[in-house]
Amino acid sequence: MEDWRTGQEILVMEGRIKVPYRWAAGETGTRYLQALRDEMRFLGTRCPQCGVVYHPPRRHCPDCGTECEWRELASRGVLVTYTVVRRHHSQLTPLDIPFAYGIIRLEGADTGFLHLLHEFAEGELRAGMEVEAVFATEREGSVRDVRYFRPLREAV
Amino acid sequence: MGKRVAVVGVGMTRQRSSRPDVNGQELIHEAVRAALADAGMKRDDIDAVVIGNMDHFEGINYVDTWSVDGSGALMKPIMKLTTGGTTGSTVAMAAYYHVASGLFDRVLAIGWEKNSESDTTGAIITAFDPFWDRPIFAGAVAGLALEATQYMHLTGATEEDAAYVAVRERRHALNNPFAHLHINLTVEDVMNSPYLSWPVKMGDMCPRTDGACALVFASEDLVEEFPNQPAWILAVADRHLWAYTSDPYVNQALENGWWFPALEWAAREVYDKVGVREPLKEIDVAELYLPYSFAGLRYMESLGFCPRGGGPELVRSGATDMGGECPVNPSGGVMSSNAIGATGLLRVAECALQIQGRAEDRQVPDVRLALATGFGGCFWSDVLLMGREKPERSRG
Amino acid sequence: MEPVAVVGVGMTRMERERRPDGYADLVYEAVCLALADAGMTIDQVDNVVTISNDFFDGRTISSMAVQDACGSYDKNISTVEGDGAFGAFYGLMRILSGSFGTTLVCAHHKGSESDMSLITNAMFDPVYERSLGIEAVTSAALQARAYMDRYGVSEEDCALVSVKNRANALRNPLAQLPLELTVEEVMSSPYLAEPLKVLDCCPVSDGAAALVLASAERARKAAGKPVWVRGVAHCCDAYHLGDRDLSDVRALQRAAAKAYSMAGIDDPAREIDVVELYDAFSYMELMWLEGLGFCGRGEAGRLTAGGATSLEGNTPVNASGGCLAGNPVLVAGLNRIIECALQVRGEAGEHQVEGVRTAVAQGINGPCGQSHCVWVLGGER
Repeated sequence: MEDWRTGQEILVMEGRIKVPYRWAAGETGTRYLQALRDEMRFLGTRCPQCGVVYHPPRRHCPDCGTECEWRELASRGVLVTYTVVRRHHSQLTPLDIPFAYGIIRLEGADTGFLHLLHEFAEGELRAGMEVEAVFATEREGSVRDVRYFRPLREAV
Repeated sequence: MGKRVAVVGVGMTRQRSSRPDVNGQELIHEAVRAALADAGMKRDDIDAVVIGNMDHFEGINYVDTWSVDGSGALMKPIMKLTTGGTTGSTVAMAAYYHVASGLFDRVLAIGWEKNSESDTTGAIITAFDPFWDRPIFAGAVAGLALEATQYMHLTGATEEDAAYVAVRERRHALNNPFAHLHINLTVEDVMNSPYLSWPVKMGDMCPRTDGACALVFASEDLVEEFPNQPAWILAVADRHLWAYTSDPYVNQALENGWWFPALEWAAREVYDKVGVREPLKEIDVAELYLPYSFAGLRYMESLGFCPRGGGPELVRSGATDMGGECPVNPSGGVMSSNAIGATGLLRVAECALQIQGRAEDRQVPDVRLALATGFGGCFWSDVLLMGREKPERSRG
Repeated sequence: MEPVAVVGVGMTRMERERRPDGYADLVYEAVCLALADAGMTIDQVDNVVTISNDFFDGRTISSMAVQDACGSYDKNISTVEGDGAFGAFYGLMRILSGSFGTTLVCAHHKGSESDMSLITNAMFDPVYERSLGIEAVTSAALQARAYMDRYGVSEEDCALVSVKNRANALRNPLAQLPLELTVEEVMSSPYLAEPLKVLDCCPVSDGAAALVLASAERARKAAGKPVWVRGVAHCCDAYHLGDRDLSDVRALQRAAAKAYSMAGIDDPAREIDVVELYDAFSYMELMWLEGLGFCGRGEAGRLTAGGATSLEGNTPVNASGGCLAGNPVLVAGLNRIIECALQVRGEAGEHQVEGVRTAVAQGINGPCGQSHCVWVLGGER
């Protein structure tokens, strides 16, 4: 069959998997997202066995499986690590370039929270710096109700 | 020589049409917690985890690593397997081989699906070849309808024959509080239900279900440690034969005398290993992956429970009912609950409960030998034989 | 563990786009190569493990497409969805169970046929993370930053890995990206997500690989020199990136400790002659080297700068060019094992390292090396 190939243009079929998804946040996730949407508050969950406060919330401790209890968290925290994104992807990029992804440990939580960073100066981001959440005006019950985090501006 | 392996813990969620109260990891956690409690174990006691589902039903890539919060695999080995409808039985076999290898003593097997979170048919369509099959083919129901039509043509079986299977499965499910559908159907109800793709009607098909199942597999060296009687895996085999939708229907297959070769060949392999000669007589209970009613006729023939074309008579005789010679699907089977990634594993779970005498209202008396199957892909088959007596040697 | 050997290996060339062939064709090619290498026919294959991912293939039940190509007709077969190192592990267990004497393991990937960013975005939790647009490169950048900050590793330290591996690839005819690079060129390539630059990252690749594993008895009948599996283990860390200290390598350390203990290795730096690891990004080679115990935490940059991991060094790392020179995902872990087997056999061609008796291969699953699988291979049982 090889001889046939010479000089042929190979045909390509374009396609896209079109499956709609409806991901249930569950009771735990729903309470968390409602608090973000309605009260602009972050909730974490604490394992009574290990004492670890998880954020995002977990119904059961990932380590020992014990049922967790709710804990309120601050809307500011420490930037654990970050990356300033320089490449635009038409279907993924959520903010104008450059923006950053960061892992933020909110006050009151033991684990980090993956989110976006914006409103920072070139070269300003540092691990260990304090950041605060900026909420969207229109909120619909998703993690994007937090528009992004930004370096903490002390109140004037 | 490998280790002999037994199921020592069973956990399952109630199978429901939709579970919005939990996310995927939390659903998995429910089954895992139940299985560990059943085996009297803690998360730390597990050596390795095997998990399976079908990616496009939830749209989550790398489910093994994503599942950790629920599967309890934190800082443990976890491996994902996916083979379509056979996923759950494939996971059971993988857990078996994990333990039989001697590398792991206590292995957690997890099958799960939240079919409510996507368009099941839309996702299944993508199983078919993008060039040849996908543009013209409409998912699982159509594929099964092709098989049903061929079966009716070859044997003279009727839609009514198939309806008897649908009725049996739903009647059995009434005894199973974990089953999704609890409906008392008559043959007339099935016959009057709307056609999905002739000759397959709504009443002939499995539902879409949210659910999870988890089992603990343990090595022969440790079975004494567990509170439950071990349900031994005697033999496992599978055949995943084809790649294209039309492959199972080629004339050559029929001319060669093949009926449903994937199931026939896999069944023959496990029967040979265990020494089963007359399956209907020797096997005490069967939990079979029958995704639709016609399967309950034809697959009985491929499994050697009756001669070719004898499926309708076998089913109408009552031999596969509760109290019959070999009850089929006391749990209500796939036609009563189908959280696809969990479905094959649930067959193994039900066989374990039957062997242990813990199947409550759906218990078949004195089960010594139980047969579980998985079905999926392109008419693929997984077959497991399980028993009460410890086998003389490992026979994989 | 009963002795099991790698007795046949086959890899296709890695290419940016291999349009004339579908992935079943790639699998067929790799399987034929592996069988020829083992001096076996398909009849001597007792069972098959295929490796594929429904997202990468754009196909539910992706394994269905390769059932014919891998020769599984009337055989037991299963499918692992994950890196090849994990799939091969399952193939190994099926032999150890006593049920099979040989396992054919094959993997395929056509990165050219889809959008890797969209697919790797689907690794992230749909409720809490996915809508942020995070994917493989941006998440890896978070880890690179965490590692570099914690241990004072520089971008130049990482760039040197890219220079070394692409230069090694000049000696590997199957490599996709053989390049003569300087650290300056890597440093001046554009940022994708800081600190990762284009030349720190693996390419998108098409390719397939296959290997044949055999019990001791069946290995005796194979054509070539058997390469024995001396130890293998895997381990998975927490899922949410914020649950982990991304600079930490505890899952890799645990997997390596178990694999080394099975192999009776006390001092990997002294006892292991060559390493093939999953360097999808340059920083990963440094982190994984530390996790594999070849130096202390934070010391891999210096180790690399000192030349210890170069082809002429004490422990050459990714003599083949690694994932930086071609990364058909899933296939990549199988390629690592195969390269180790070839090194032990002394048949790695132009990139052969002298006197290899023991080799280590590593594969990963999930974001930022969440799950690691470590193989120790050797010439003696």
